[in-house]
Amino acid sequence: MSGFTFPKGGIHPDEHKELTEHLAIEEMAPPDQVVIPLSMHFGAPAQPLVKKKQEVQEGEPIAVVEKALGATIHSSVTGIVKAIEPRPHPTMVRCDAVIIDRDPQAPPRIYEPQDWRKIPREQLLAKVKEAGVVGLGGAGFPTHVKLSPPPSAKVDTLILNGAECEPYLTTDHRLMLEYTNQVIEGAKIILKILGIKKCVIGVELNKPDAINILTKALAQDSGKDDFEITAQGMEVKYPQGSEKQLIYSLTKRAVPGGGLPFDVGVIVQNISTTVAIYEACALYKPLYEKVATFSGRAINRQANLKVKVGTLLQDVVNYLGGTKDLLKIVSGGPMMGFAISEMDVPVTKTTSGVLFLDSSETDTGEFGPCIHCGWCMQACPMGLAPKEVALYVEAGKGHLTTKFGIMDCFECGCCAYVCPAKRPLVQFARLAKIAVKKHG
Amino acid sequence: MWTVSATLMPVLLLSIYNFGLRSLILTVISVVSCVVIEAICQKVMGRKVSVSDGSAVLTGILMAFVIPPGVPYYLPIIGAFAAIFIAKELMGGIGYNVWNPALVGRAFLQAAFPVAITTAWIPPEQLAKAPITVFLSPGSVDAISTATPLGVLKQFGMAALTDQFGSLSSIYYNFFIGFKPGCIGETSGLLILLGGLFLIFRGIITWHIPVATIVSAGFMAWLIGGPSIGTGNPIVHVFSGGLMLGAFYMCTDYVTSPTLKSAQIIFGAGVGILTVLIRVKGGYPEGVCYAILLMNCLTPALDDWFQPKRFAPPKAAPVAASK
Ligand code: SF4
Ligand code: SF4
Repeated sequence: MSGFTFPKGGIHPDEHKELTEHLAIEEMAPPDQVVIPLSMHFGAPAQPLVKKKQEVQEGEPIAVVEKALGATIHSSVTGIVKAIEPRPHPTMVRCDAVIIDRDPQAPPRIYEPQDWRKIPREQLLAKVKEAGVVGLGGAGFPTHVKLSPPPSAKVDTLILNGAECEPYLTTDHRLMLEYTNQVIEGAKIILKILGIKKCVIGVELNKPDAINILTKALAQDSGKDDFEITAQGMEVKYPQGSEKQLIYSLTKRAVPGGGLPFDVGVIVQNISTTVAIYEACALYKPLYEKVATFSGRAINRQANLKVKVGTLLQDVVNYLGGTKDLLKIVSGGPMMGFAISEMDVPVTKTTSGVLFLDSSETDTGEFGPCIHCGWCMQACPMGLAPKEVALYVEAGKGHLTTKFGIMDCFECGCCAYVCPAKRPLVQFARLAKIAVKKHG
Repeated sequence: MWTVSATLMPVLLLSIYNFGLRSLILTVISVVSCVVIEAICQKVMGRKVSVSDGSAVLTGILMAFVIPPGVPYYLPIIGAFAAIFIAKELMGGIGYNVWNPALVGRAFLQAAFPVAITTAWIPPEQLAKAPITVFLSPGSVDAISTATPLGVLKQFGMAALTDQFGSLSSIYYNFFIGFKPGCIGETSGLLILLGGLFLIFRGIITWHIPVATIVSAGFMAWLIGGPSIGTGNPIVHVFSGGLMLGAFYMCTDYVTSPTLKSAQIIFGAGVGILTVLIRVKGGYPEGVCYAILLMNCLTPALDDWFQPKRFAPPKAAPVAASK
């Protein structure tokens, strides 16, 4: 099963997954108040549909994007709108949010299973849109748009991304184990929407239990529908789950720089997104709950939690028994995630995990000059020269770095991880991209 | 850096056995002066004092290893000044130097003290049971003058060298283990090879530069090292002088050698060829030091000419991103 990997670069960071990989997904009790940001997706912020003091039901749409690219947002609790005002946001500093006081008496909403097989594909796509599903792996690109590739694209393969190559994170792992059927049904729904037959679920070999359980379920399921779904183990190497690397590992097709997966006939979906698509089409349940890993050695209890979108980090931390020796909070994985400075930011649709790191897990050393060891070039999965980019930026010539392919850099952090001088190469790469854009 | 220094310790031990305590004393003086000069320079220039990164220590060890064991004790101090102040700190500090500091130190000493640097050889313990006092005498040791094998080879030819060591197999044996006159840390091909292999195994260096250097030097030695074309003895050339030390420890310096494998092979080949050219056709019996310094000059160009192969670069006409 080796051989399923990408051709260049890559690293093997400490996984730290043992902290949470054996913990079953646990439903966190809903908080008394939720703060639901109006920007949790790629595209325009949503416009609120509700007013202050208005009563809202769990799962009711509270904001929509009318004409532009975007996604619908739903209330995650039943209660009363307390305010609509700017609040701290994990990536945007501050952003308008709908604040809802939960009605403690209201029972949780129950969703009846529906037979998605009877629904035509256009309506399935509409269900995905109504449910406000976005790509849950990262940028939050609206899924209904991703699932309607232009007719010129000859898509023949769906890839489900179960690599979960970032250290610490175990949400997709747990979802594959505990929501196996939902993942498979979700895959079938996507295949039906796309009108294709073939789906590969790519899983890193450090999750043999997930591969086993998927393979077994798929074997039992075979012949039930006219689809061809397989689970495929892949070499454990970061960034195996990055879109271009993943597509190459599983299909040996290379998406050219500036291109998109459908240019080589592939659509990639994240495991969490697939489950969300299943819930949207088979339960008619909108996306307002998120399974995320809360880990790191500074939090008292690590967990894979199912939380209401809009739950503040502070509430999650209280639920998990507080923190000790907390040095750094990271949203997402340690490689590509971003630092958070406050606890009053909410969990959003795209939160895949939050890490509470202590001094043993954070590196606070200063960086030194480049010693030209070239390790960053060996580690870069795109075959770039991060050290040159950094030197150019330091010399004020960041706009001249296109010759090193800087625009192909997807900020995976492999280069910075291996650099013995601890140079912040990803920051340099970002500065270089800004400089290139500025100079046209 | 510390690992690299550690792998050189067996070489130092053998050198103490071979040439006496002078080896140790000279090495310690060299290391201490490099560290002190670096710390002073960095303080004066307002940089962060970074002697704990181990790079000055390594420079000190390497510089001591390429000077003869019989030189006066103050020599490494002067060398350290050239290596650290001129070749490293004045160039901008670690990472910005063009030339290998240890070799600049050695080249400086060769220019300033041509006699000491080319004659202060001590015959190894094994070959001449020299009185112990020689090793402890404070000044330069000119009581006994021994020529290095390369010197003998250059002046008198292969036959004289075979005479000196008895037989060809004895040459191979003594050269390989390291019982021969030479610089403090250059004599043992075996120990340097073991240290180098360890560094390769640990991923600190790769095989490209050392192999390219040794193969090309061997080939050149065979080609032009003998009385007629194609009759030279590659083994004697490879295992004499500083070639092994240079190939594994000097050429592989990150800062002054190219980064990409392909460029490294060119770099190594250049060092090997230049070394033998200097030895055979040039005025000095030994050429490793100058060969490496010359190739160091080419490093920035090699780094520019060779770019990594990219994964899936954009097509000539990029596909319109129709997001
Ligand atoms: S962050 Fe960019 S430059 Fe660094 S390894 Fe990743 S793709 Fe390469
Ligand atoms: S890894 Fe760091 S020190 Fe090494 S070449 Fe790259 S930037 Fe320079």
